[in-house]
Amino acid sequence: MQTTSPSNVGAPAWWYDRTARALALQAALLFAVVAASVFFFSNVQTNMAARGLTLGFGFLDRAAGIPIGESLIPYTPSNSYARALLAGLLNTLRVAVFGCLLVTLLGVFLGVLRLSENPLLSGLVGAYIEIVRNTPVVLQLVFWLVVFQQLPSVREALNPLPGVYLSQRGLKIPVLEWNDAAAYALVGLALGIAAAVWTMRRARAHQMQTGEYRRVWPICLGYLVLLPLAAAQLTGDRLVLSVPELQGFNFAGGAELSPEFAALLTGLVIYTAAFVAEIVRSGIQSVGKGQWEASRALGLSNGRIMRLVILPQALRVIVPPLTSQYLNLTKNSSLAIVIGYQDLFSVSNTSINQTGQAIEVIFIMMTVYLVLSLLTAAGMNVYNTRVALKER
Amino acid sequence: MKFATIFAASAAAFFVFAPAAVLAGPALDAIKQRGTLRCGVQGPGNPGFGVPDTQGRWSGFNVDICRAVAISIFNDPSKVEFVPVTTQSRFPALASGEVDMLSNNTTWTLTRDTNVNRFNFPAIVFYDGQAMMVPRRLNVTSARGLNGATVCVQPGTTTELNLADYFRQHNMTFRPVVVADLDELRRTYDAGRCDVYTNDFAALAAQRTLLTNPRDHVILPERVSKEPLGPAIRQGDEELSNLVAWTVFALIDAEEMGITSANVDQIAASSTNPVVRRLLGAEGNMGESIGAANALYARTIIKTVGNYGEIFERHIGTNTPLGLERGQNNVWTKGGLLYAPPAR
Ligand SMILES: N[C@@H](CCC(=O)N[C@@H](CS)C(=O)NCC(=O)O)C(=O)O
Repeated sequence: MQTTSPSNVGAPAWWYDRTARALALQAALLFAVVAASVFFFSNVQTNMAARGLTLGFGFLDRAAGIPIGESLIPYTPSNSYARALLAGLLNTLRVAVFGCLLVTLLGVFLGVLRLSENPLLSGLVGAYIEIVRNTPVVLQLVFWLVVFQQLPSVREALNPLPGVYLSQRGLKIPVLEWNDAAAYALVGLALGIAAAVWTMRRARAHQMQTGEYRRVWPICLGYLVLLPLAAAQLTGDRLVLSVPELQGFNFAGGAELSPEFAALLTGLVIYTAAFVAEIVRSGIQSVGKGQWEASRALGLSNGRIMRLVILPQALRVIVPPLTSQYLNLTKNSSLAIVIGYQDLFSVSNTSINQTGQAIEVIFIMMTVYLVLSLLTAAGMNVYNTRVALKER
Repeated sequence: MKFATIFAASAAAFFVFAPAAVLAGPALDAIKQRGTLRCGVQGPGNPGFGVPDTQGRWSGFNVDICRAVAISIFNDPSKVEFVPVTTQSRFPALASGEVDMLSNNTTWTLTRDTNVNRFNFPAIVFYDGQAMMVPRRLNVTSARGLNGATVCVQPGTTTELNLADYFRQHNMTFRPVVVADLDELRRTYDAGRCDVYTNDFAALAAQRTLLTNPRDHVILPERVSKEPLGPAIRQGDEELSNLVAWTVFALIDAEEMGITSANVDQIAASSTNPVVRRLLGAEGNMGESIGAANALYARTIIKTVGNYGEIFERHIGTNTPLGLERGQNNVWTKGGLLYAPPAR
């Protein structure tokens, strides 16, 4: 009898191994990317040296001198370029975050209406989708800006509620002045939200177990209102409301929602929501008819069927393309430059112009947009794995 | 948007892809080899300084400066290609070689002359200063009364920097509205979004002609900065620099000497003044010295576009919609700042 030890057969060459092959391919790709980067980088350096140009980020510390109209952090032209770019980035994030939230709400709403049995309703939504998707988004942004600029002048500002003013210079609302009391109140609000969420979860768990419904929303509301107020008492400061008031040329005090921001947000949301609506429609249609029939047999109302049965299943189809709409919205926000909203792209362009450091600023800008896109995609991937069909 | 993308892309693409060798040769050689001068001028929203007519033929103060330089180089005013640039795209366009020269109200500043960009400003063609325009109904008479105002301004300019300086210096605050596209900026001001529109005085005068009711707007008396405007080229080509400078000087000299497009031939034939004869190429070798296409460059320039004063009056002077006075932009013998070094 002959025995063959495995070693005699000879281990198969490593490239027959799937994992090893994949690793090797990845390594080769990485090498190619690095090599290409090195090539481009040295090319840039040679070209710049030939021009007598130098590469460097020292300018970031220098006073920028450029005015920025609205900023989430305190900014004056005496601040550095680094801070100017940060102010621009925060303006981009402001549009991206609110944009993605609103576009989800509007998109789902329209997607559901699109499937309405009422032909007038679904027809209207269909027309909206076709019109909005087939006109250039830049034009839409300018359109909204022009619309907001048709509002009355500052001196004739609309005053729908006490302390609230609406004019072609934007919306002015009363706001808490930022002091210790406001900071404590903010912490209190965070605690309040945590407490409210915890209470709601407990009530829900209780209902699951016993079937008994507990009315907790008044308690939750109490947490949300009382905790911030209580926290504010812990300091010497008091909560102060800053109310907008017409002084000379403009309203002073209060918080501002500028027409540029409003136009950008409205334009991007209305545009992107048309795409999201189609995604939602196809998602809903992908759920089998049997699901509707079964749910009706259980006696559920149409609204609840949609919310509890259909949409959760449709999410599997909706989430991946929705991610790319979020990315589109974020990237399209750079069109802000057309209507004078100073986002990252706009501040970067101005910085390039004032410093001449084109390569450096473009590098920073591209890196930031890349990171934003990757973060969004990563977050949505996590969410997607949670809603994806679990194969058991 | 277009401009911003194009300029960002061209700046990036240029630095990444352009082979190093192309950059070495002097700019003037490249222009001659190509057969045209690429001149960066303002987009179509700048009456008086440079606008295309319905046939696409450009005309304006800055445009004639380009034509004069083209005559010096090629003895042919048509060998210019006009490339519209914006305040944001102009420097990348020049740095990357997309244009050979800017002639678009660009201010000569230390940073632009020396910093990373390393441009050159061979001569000053217009002495300007920044001003503020306000609607008449605001009843403002001085820039010092603008505390708290909303101000419309174009980015990438000395204008936005001076604006911040001026308000800081006078302890005043302002709310900027920064719009890159000139037409969009003007529309925004016209709609009432801003109390103030600020730019170089001459540019404001030009923009005012395009407002719905130009008469409803006043330009406040203060000049908050010095804005010496002139053609800009890349550093590193002394020949081109000389040629541009002496082309401008020829325009100024001609006015000082009373030589116009109407009388240049007659003066060239009859003048016994050696200074005039040297300028017009009847004597000496000025043309050769500056590297011009021929000895008669100044004569051809004056015949074609006129002297400095003729160019000024034709496009931006008192008989045009801009209605600018000569003021500082007059020859020194008439109390202005225009003073050309001697051509000898
Ligand atoms: N002189 C200042 C300001 C220049 C400026 O504002 N130019 C404007 C108005 S004359 C312009 O070229 N606009 C054309 C455009 O952006 O399309 C500078 O050089 O920064």
